[in-house]
Amino acid sequence: MNLLTAQAPGGVPRSGKGLALGILRFMLVALALVLSLGFTQVAVAQADPDREMTTAAPGITADQWRQVRSGETGPNYRDSRADSNYSLINASGETWRQIRNRWVSPFGLIAVFGMAALIALFYFIVGRKELEAPRTGRLLLRWTLMKRALHWTVATLFIILAITGMTLLFGKFVFRPLFGDGVWAWMIAATKVLHNYLGPIFGILLVILLVSVIKENIPKKHDLVWFKKGGGMIGKQHVDAGFANGGEKAWYWLLATVGILVVASGFVLDFPNFDQSRDTMQWANIIHAVGALGLTAVSLGHIYIGTLGTEGALEGMTTGYVDETWAKEHHNLWYEEVKDQTLSEQEVAARKSSGGSADPSATRTS
Amino acid sequence: MAQMKFMCDAERCIECNGCVTACKNANDVEWGIQRRRVVTLNDGEASEMSISVACMHCDDAPCMAVCPTDCFYKTDDGIVLHDKDLCIGCGYCLYACPFGAPQFPQQDAFGERGKMDKCTFCAGGPAESKEEEYQKYGSNRIAEGKLPLCAEMCSTKALLAGDAQDVADIFRQRVVHRGHKDGAWSNNPQASADNLAYDAAHKG
Repeated sequence: MNLLTAQAPGGVPRSGKGLALGILRFMLVALALVLSLGFTQVAVAQADPDREMTTAAPGITADQWRQVRSGETGPNYRDSRADSNYSLINASGETWRQIRNRWVSPFGLIAVFGMAALIALFYFIVGRKELEAPRTGRLLLRWTLMKRALHWTVATLFIILAITGMTLLFGKFVFRPLFGDGVWAWMIAATKVLHNYLGPIFGILLVILLVSVIKENIPKKHDLVWFKKGGGMIGKQHVDAGFANGGEKAWYWLLATVGILVVASGFVLDFPNFDQSRDTMQWANIIHAVGALGLTAVSLGHIYIGTLGTEGALEGMTTGYVDETWAKEHHNLWYEEVKDQTLSEQEVAARKSSGGSADPSATRTS
Repeated sequence: MAQMKFMCDAERCIECNGCVTACKNANDVEWGIQRRRVVTLNDGEASEMSISVACMHCDDAPCMAVCPTDCFYKTDDGIVLHDKDLCIGCGYCLYACPFGAPQFPQQDAFGERGKMDKCTFCAGGPAESKEEEYQKYGSNRIAEGKLPLCAEMCSTKALLAGDAQDVADIFRQRVVHRGHKDGAWSNNPQASADNLAYDAAHKG
């Protein structure tokens, strides 16, 4: 009350008497303030430290550290960093590191180089699968220009991606000590750019390729027999096969499942601008690496069988045409369907010079 | 040789963000990057706790282990540094880092990451000249015989930086002084350091 009246001089008449009264009031207020300060100090001195301890903020407890470790970010979690969506501790980081460095990396290397060694061994022991009967010289259209172009684009991209991908995983153990930092810096930067920009193109083309040959790759009963007999890779036996044999279909469906998974996880890693979390990218990376290394290993088998391993196979994918004998020996069921469509070499040459890959045998089925 | 370490005494941190500011100032860190951050758990509750985090310069650093270009190295003082000329911005160090230390300037198309930036313990990094070093990594206070500015400026001395042994000694002294069982990190009976400090406090 005193304070209020003292601070409202407007209410006091401006006379000598009033002034004296005002000074008196001011002194009273000052006295009251000093006294109240004194009382406060007495109160502080009288505080019981033990009692105060019970109401003070508690020490940091194990529960709080457990909370930190759990990576929890509740509603009362604050991070002073702009745009940060990270927890205090990235608990899964070490798990990711261990899976990648201790399992994926060494076993991926074993898978790829082990496969290469097995194929080399197979080649030296069993050798190339030659045609048994002589070529008839009559040719059959197997791959149209469009599909060949698609195949070789996807194949080239696959090889570049496999090499760059493996450089990202293993390059530092080989090329850095070999070439030194100057070259390595340039090389690994180019590797990443190639991998990240060609990856999406590969993904899109792979889907188009898969769709364009799905009809030929529907699994049939005779494919099981094909697998039971090992595809007739060893010895002189022949196994029933349509346009695509069991092995080709397996490769197709591997690409259609694992391949798509690798592409999808690649997109997650390649475009980090969609606010996906660290954990999501860790798992995407593991799926991507495991799938891609597996496909790389299996692709070596596909490449071997399509080139060195089988006489007459590669020309189907380069020229588009295969020899009648090859079709009869490797894809007998398909041959039965299209054997009336054989062409002589002159007819094929004429067709090619007339720009004709518009193919009349597009009606073939498996 | 020294083993440089940071340590944040969570019982002292008052979430003033002085360390964050000091770091940005000392190292002229580029826009959008904040090498140090202060995290508060249970804000506004009785169990509120703040802690300042940046690169902890791990002994067995996960970033070093997963880097595809092998751009990380450890100085004789145990400081984890990286060579921005080798960095390709793949983000693996960020996946692996327990502390969310690596950050990437996002200025390229499709969210492509720029060269990684992280706390250097104010020890700069590999460069031809002092100017280049400052421009790429910020100041090199260690070369001048100084400790990181964040810890030097910490108003409550919650954030400690220096040789692991010195930091441990200071912290142990605090724990003994606090004298209660939760004086260190926790009341976890398995935390032997805690018990040592507790025993020390009770033996006087």
